[in-house]
Amino acid sequence: MSETFDTPDVQRAESTATQAVIEPPAAEPASTTKPGEKPRRARPHEIFRDMPLLVKISAVWLILVVFGAIYAKLDQSVFGGALPLQDPNLQTNNFNSETGDFGTGEPLESPSTSHWLGTDALARDTFSRILHGGWVSLIVAGTAAGFGVIVGGLLGSLVGFVRGRTENVIMSLIDVILAFPALILLLALVSIFEVRSLALISIVIGVLSIPAYTRVSRAISLAISQREFVLAARAIGTKPRTILFREIIPNVLPTVLAYALVAAAFVVVVEGSLSFLGLSVQLPQSTWGNMINQARRDIRLNIAQVFWPSLALSLTVLALNQVGDFFQRRFAVRDSAL
Amino acid sequence: MARILGIRLLRLIATLFAVTFLSFIMTSLLPGDPAVAILGQDAIQNEALLEEVREDLGLNDPIPVRYWNWLTDAAQGDLGESYINAGQDVSQVIRDRVPVTAQLAIMAIILAVLMAIPLGVIGAYREGRWQDTTTSAAVQVALSVPNFIIGIFLIWLFAVQLGWLPASNWNRLSDGVWDNLRTSIMPATALAMTQMAIFSRLVRSDMIATLRENFILAARAKGLKDRYILMRHALRPSSLSLMTIIGINFGALLGGTVVIETLFAIPGLGFRLINAISQRDILVIQGITVFVAVVYVLVNTAVDLLYTVIDPRIRRS
Repeated sequence: MSETFDTPDVQRAESTATQAVIEPPAAEPASTTKPGEKPRRARPHEIFRDMPLLVKISAVWLILVVFGAIYAKLDQSVFGGALPLQDPNLQTNNFNSETGDFGTGEPLESPSTSHWLGTDALARDTFSRILHGGWVSLIVAGTAAGFGVIVGGLLGSLVGFVRGRTENVIMSLIDVILAFPALILLLALVSIFEVRSLALISIVIGVLSIPAYTRVSRAISLAISQREFVLAARAIGTKPRTILFREIIPNVLPTVLAYALVAAAFVVVVEGSLSFLGLSVQLPQSTWGNMINQARRDIRLNIAQVFWPSLALSLTVLALNQVGDFFQRRFAVRDSAL
Repeated sequence: MARILGIRLLRLIATLFAVTFLSFIMTSLLPGDPAVAILGQDAIQNEALLEEVREDLGLNDPIPVRYWNWLTDAAQGDLGESYINAGQDVSQVIRDRVPVTAQLAIMAIILAVLMAIPLGVIGAYREGRWQDTTTSAAVQVALSVPNFIIGIFLIWLFAVQLGWLPASNWNRLSDGVWDNLRTSIMPATALAMTQMAIFSRLVRSDMIATLRENFILAARAKGLKDRYILMRHALRPSSLSLMTIIGINFGALLGGTVVIETLFAIPGLGFRLINAISQRDILVIQGITVFVAVVYVLVNTAVDLLYTVIDPRIRRS
């Protein structure tokens, strides 16, 4: 759980990016494109085919998590609970005033056909709570990636290209923010707000993600700005703005997007830690972190309820790391073959 | 060398100003009126009295003036008195709790390095073979499981199932090394795992590069044993980036201690910070944030300088 968010991954992404762009690869991948033919962009299923088995499994897991989260949210907001999924906040052992009876559920049930992953200490369905928790992780990670790629990516591409005083000023600012330990800065910021909604948490984490993205994209932009095609564009008198948007940014983007996956892994951990501390989105909204925190109190009775959300969180982080690493390697080769 | 030191020092001072200013501003934005916090809810009608207290605390001054006053006090070790817990001196709170957090962080780093070096060296020495694949897989897992989850499962195994160690609580070092170790080993291990993973990946990749160097070939040609070459020739040049990453990750570790201290109920800085946040104890939040940030900046600068001392190539450039 390292690091807005100056992750060692920032360092790694920075160095691999620069190396990849500057140093030609030892062996270029065999190319089937004929001279003069435009290199064809790889289709999604081709990328999937190229993945090692572990990365394939990771990608499938991520897709499942995303669909699960969207399904749970649709069920809650659009279909009003009509889809086949239990209410995440229903205490199944509660007294029901309509039937005049107590619910049939029990707290800390073992997995069964009615509760796939059992129930928690308040007899709520764990499977449903995990899907709903996935929604929080998805939104937080997605917003962070959005802020990072759009603001950080643009800023980094810009300063890496124009250099000079703009670069000095912006990078000094970035360095100050990165001079804070990430989680401490986040805690201090989050404590300012009394009501912590999903939107607020996402935006705070999103803004804090910008510096790391700026550093990564600056490093790539610096290397790309020295390439021959940029020199050529300058030589034929292309406007700097056009060079930035037509030459620099399209080449910075793939690597930054690959970095976004690795950064998302970090963001998911950070949100999990924040939830675990009770300082993220408020209850009863379930998050993986607050489920773990609630379940750990009954650790002497039942470890399974700690295990399921922990598994969901760890597998998601592992999967994001795997897929992110895969794309970082892939684009590193692509860049150097340009 | 003197020039480099000078530039570093200037940058350090600028960063310290910026970091303290940012922490100050952030915590000044915290909701809640300190005057009400001091006088209690009953005083809320008495606007004149509230105003007097605000004036007394200097809360009516413009932000730059307040920052300067606060900074000059802070530089002399005075971070003010908590508004919420009357009479609690913030500097004293920090002084009491630093040894605990520092011990945890240092133990975690030592544990992480001790585990990472053998793993990284094996991975590099056996690059691509099963020893490398297994250690890399283990490292990937360690990297992906957040520290609080590791902590909970350690508690479950060693405290609940086996009953060997206490599930929470803390014995200070002054209570005896053994008693202290019984309470510190689990939290330190939980903190160390992620660091271990990051360190060993780094050692592995640096080592692979080093092993391709000519001087390693020369050592092999002389007939030196592999183990000797790995430990005596290859490890030192491969551990330079390890040093930097330890410095960079120190901040992450300080963040990690917040979570781990809360999980194990350890009376360190992090646990106090969480308590302060739930009590809205502004000055304690401010004090701890500034303290941690300043320590982090200083550690990073120290590591940078150390790096320059160890590696002559950087010194000359």
